[in-house]
Amino acid sequence: MNDKEDRLQRLTAVRPRLVSFALMHLRDRSQAEDAVQEAMMSAIEKNESFAGRSGYETWVFGILKYKILDTMRVQKRHGRWQPLEDEDEDDAIDRQFQQNGRWQESARPSSWGEPEATFENEHFWQVFDACMIALPDNAARVFSLRELMGLSTEDICRELDIKENNCWVILHRARLRLRACIEKGWLKGETA
Amino acid sequence: MMMMCKEATRLMSLKQDRPLTFQERISLRLHLSMCGACRECDRQFTLLHEAGEKFVPEHDPDTKVEPDKKDDPEQDDDGR
Repeated sequence: MNDKEDRLQRLTAVRPRLVSFALMHLRDRSQAEDAVQEAMMSAIEKNESFAGRSGYETWVFGILKYKILDTMRVQKRHGRWQPLEDEDEDDAIDRQFQQNGRWQESARPSSWGEPEATFENEHFWQVFDACMIALPDNAARVFSLRELMGLSTEDICRELDIKENNCWVILHRARLRLRACIEKGWLKGETA
Repeated sequence: MMMMCKEATRLMSLKQDRPLTFQERISLRLHLSMCGACRECDRQFTLLHEAGEKFVPEHDPDTKVEPDKKDDPEQDDDGR
């Protein structure tokens, strides 16, 4: 199996992805770097406890997830978040639809091609990253917890202390914003 | 009464988070059967969901293990 050297190298290699993952949740560069730092330290300390059931990188991401949740709790306790309940009507979303609820001509979704090809495209991930950063903080947090961390909306609500209905509304808006941003940046090649 | 695109996107989003009720499923399917733009949006939401899963590496490039989905790391005292 892998020796220590090899794992250290893999840690270094996966670090940029760990940082961008943490950043999407925490919305703060230095806190994201700290969480990743701690996760990497834990991984090194607990090297022996990696059983190899999952991939090493997956295991490290797993450790980072706990660090992120911890940091989020601290952020929340320190009042660093805007209230989650009063999300105002969202102009950016309303701009995608006409009064009567149909798509605006300029916002009509077009095809992104085959998912497999899309995921292999480096540029797609750059745009994805940029569009995640461009999301409003709350939308980004809820979306990240749901789609990147894979928590259920029930768990997210418990974590963030909001109603599940509120969670669904935030996710709906986050997805609409993301899709518009990605479509613009990716298909039309504009910078997000 | 016919559901409009904006409302349809609400159901498409919801679908990613919880199973739709029978009624919701029928209305969404009806709308999608008639609206190409919403069919694309539906695919995009699904793709965003899959992108989230892809972001975290499922397995190492060199050691093939059976994808052991949301595998919790063997760590227990990390919550502090």
